[in-house]
Amino acid sequence: MTPLLELRGVSKAFGGAIALREIDFVLGAGEIHGLVGENGAGKSTLMKIIAGVHTAYGGSMHLDGRPVHFASPRDALAAGIGMVHQELSAVRGLSVAENVYLGVQPTNRFGLIDWPAMMRGARGQLDRLGIDVDPAAKMDTLALGVQQLVELARVLFSGARIIILDEPTSALSPPEVQLLFAVLRRQRDEGRSLIFISHFLDDVLDICDGLTVFRNGSKVADARTAEVDKPWLIEKMIGHTHGELEESYTGALFLDSKPDAPVILRAEKLSLAGAYADVSLEVRAGEVLGIYGYLGSGQLDLARALFGKLPADRGRITIDGRPVKLSSTSRGRAAGVAFVPESRRAMLFADAPVFKNISISILRRIGRLLLHPAVERRIAARHTETLHIRPPGVDRALSSLSGGNQQKVALARWLTHLPRVLVLSEPTRGMDVGAKEDVVHIVRGLREQGIGIVVVSTEPETVLSLADRILVMKKGRIVREFAGEAVSKDRLLAAA
Amino acid sequence: MADDTIQVKRRAGGSRILAWVRARLRNIAPFVTLIFLVAFFSFASPSFVTLGNFYNILTQISVTGIIAVGLTFVILCAEIDLSVASIANAIGIVVAFFTLQDASVNIANLPLPGWAAIMLALAACVALGLVNAFGITRVGIPSFIMTLAMLQIGAGICALLVRGQIAYAVPKLVVTLGSKSLGPIPWIVVVLGITLLLGHIVLTYTRFGRYVYMVGGNREAAEYSGVNVKLIISAVMVISAVCSGVAGMLGVAYFGSAQQDEFDTYLLDSISAVVVGGTSLFGGQGGIGNTIIGLFVLGVLNNGLDHVNIDSFLKILIRGVILLVALIINVYAQRMRATSAISDA
Repeated sequence: MTPLLELRGVSKAFGGAIALREIDFVLGAGEIHGLVGENGAGKSTLMKIIAGVHTAYGGSMHLDGRPVHFASPRDALAAGIGMVHQELSAVRGLSVAENVYLGVQPTNRFGLIDWPAMMRGARGQLDRLGIDVDPAAKMDTLALGVQQLVELARVLFSGARIIILDEPTSALSPPEVQLLFAVLRRQRDEGRSLIFISHFLDDVLDICDGLTVFRNGSKVADARTAEVDKPWLIEKMIGHTHGELEESYTGALFLDSKPDAPVILRAEKLSLAGAYADVSLEVRAGEVLGIYGYLGSGQLDLARALFGKLPADRGRITIDGRPVKLSSTSRGRAAGVAFVPESRRAMLFADAPVFKNISISILRRIGRLLLHPAVERRIAARHTETLHIRPPGVDRALSSLSGGNQQKVALARWLTHLPRVLVLSEPTRGMDVGAKEDVVHIVRGLREQGIGIVVVSTEPETVLSLADRILVMKKGRIVREFAGEAVSKDRLLAAA
Repeated sequence: MADDTIQVKRRAGGSRILAWVRARLRNIAPFVTLIFLVAFFSFASPSFVTLGNFYNILTQISVTGIIAVGLTFVILCAEIDLSVASIANAIGIVVAFFTLQDASVNIANLPLPGWAAIMLALAACVALGLVNAFGITRVGIPSFIMTLAMLQIGAGICALLVRGQIAYAVPKLVVTLGSKSLGPIPWIVVVLGITLLLGHIVLTYTRFGRYVYMVGGNREAAEYSGVNVKLIISAVMVISAVCSGVAGMLGVAYFGSAQQDEFDTYLLDSISAVVVGGTSLFGGQGGIGNTIIGLFVLGVLNNGLDHVNIDSFLKILIRGVILLVALIINVYAQRMRATSAISDA
């Protein structure tokens, strides 16, 4: 029997970087197939080839035994392959029915939209999926999980036989996940095939019939789900033979906690609707607290709450024992919190010279009313030297620096007058090894000076290389704490 | 071989000069325009290049200029204030409303001492600025819409206070500053000079000025740096309203009367002056220096077209074309900067 979809020797390179190496992939009819692997392993690239997003690649693709090569996502959809993206692509201001019929609204004989037919049709679609939702309801009034199901209904309605789901469970609560899975199983039983991409290994093991593991652009294993377990998956994902850099993280690392140091920052039962719930944590003097979780686990929003950028709905925060109301960033700064967000674009002034980028947070201390550019330049010059910011020269426009050096400028901003708490979100993302080491060095130096540091990341390596204590977040809640014990990448992944 | 090397070098040198020009296009273009206009009108009309006419130009740009100083702050923050001319008109009328009018003027006004009338007028423009600030930063109305509403409110204040009448009397200080001269130099030009100087000092040498540039350059980054962005935006809206109020009071004295709709052309003129001067509509780039050049470009153009014998209706079209060209350069200069933006992971 010919498989429904078969890929033979598919390769893809972006510039000089190889994203996929000679991938063979087979999807049977009526199968839910899981794709797992770390960020950058090649899962998304492969799915984009199947869905017609990437059109230039090596190797061949066969649908029902016939060779195909899609020129666009529309092309792929016409052949019966649809994709539900992680970032929902629904039109939030429109009704459920309009979203289901997006782009293909039924019209009456006057050429106007036939609303009754559309509502009836959408009702039928949703009933078949077992989703109990009013087709007239606006999308943005629905829970995220329901929105996802509506989007699934849209893809099904377009006649897709193969449905690709990219991280469909990352934003869902456990009951919503079960609802989604029930729908997916019914689709499978009706003969459709689904490709399920996820970081959540428990979910993959729960729903998938078969699975494929990717690492660094290569397929490293495939198996029937019934024959494997979570530790096997993690081992395959991380691998045994890898580069020097990963080597240092895969070994067990002993976390040396500092239970005697005074608590600087304490957060109690912080909640933000749709992001995180009941999060309590404390950061001690001279301690680096790492918070790890997959994308969408809520840790990035939590970091913003600690600075006042995105205040929590509920809960309280104290700094040095005093309650603080972090309702804006200027209050956050006044309370002694400093923050470096994950996006450099969001925190730096591209057109301004380096020294203005560094001095912006300390102008108040340099002079109450007037500016003192000479002092600003002197302070900036000191930082560019100690942080090895290259090329030197504080009057150079920030945009002329490389990404890693820009990140160091962002850090330098908070180093002149040390904050009580420094919150770093994805501090080493997109950096080369040398710049990463510099950042690790800077953070360790700050820790020695007794401030509290919070490092939030979706990359296990980042947290492992910086933190003294690690909290693992999953779907908005803290699910595990590693303190005073050995930790390794696989244990971290297993907890998340 | 040797020839090739030289050519390569020359090309590299050429591209360096080109890059230098490109990076400063927004400053160079208005300046070149100004020199061109002055040269053209000097050639076209013997009466243009005289000291007397120079004072004329200065006087003609004064009301626009005082408004433009406040607008420069607003536009540097990447906001806009469409209520400037309306506020100027309203405040001019407010100060007249609190001044004893001639018996022939039939307005139910409240005569007060001159200083009190001026203080009340200033308080009124601060209040209007605060309403703008509140709408933009607290309610979250885009400044374009908020100040459009304020434009209407200002017109309403004018209408209610004068009820179609014309008031003539304003406090003595306002009369002096608006229509008298200090030696050969009109007082209104002196006020313009002081306002420009103050604006420049605040923008260039104070912490607040730096925050204005940073909020305009990258609002999110300013927020992440702990800058109180809402406070800065509120402050620039109040500064703009106060500049408009001062311009309105002096303008009334300069025109010799206070009535409805007499500042209508000043909205477009003041925005044109700021933008023609090269201050970025996207915020963060430009300054008072640019506004000065922009004021002169507009002033020389308006004045010069009167000296050369030209169809007065064509004048309006020419001004529109000049503004369009300035806008094209403005956006183009912005795009060239954007090509060297921050690399992000």
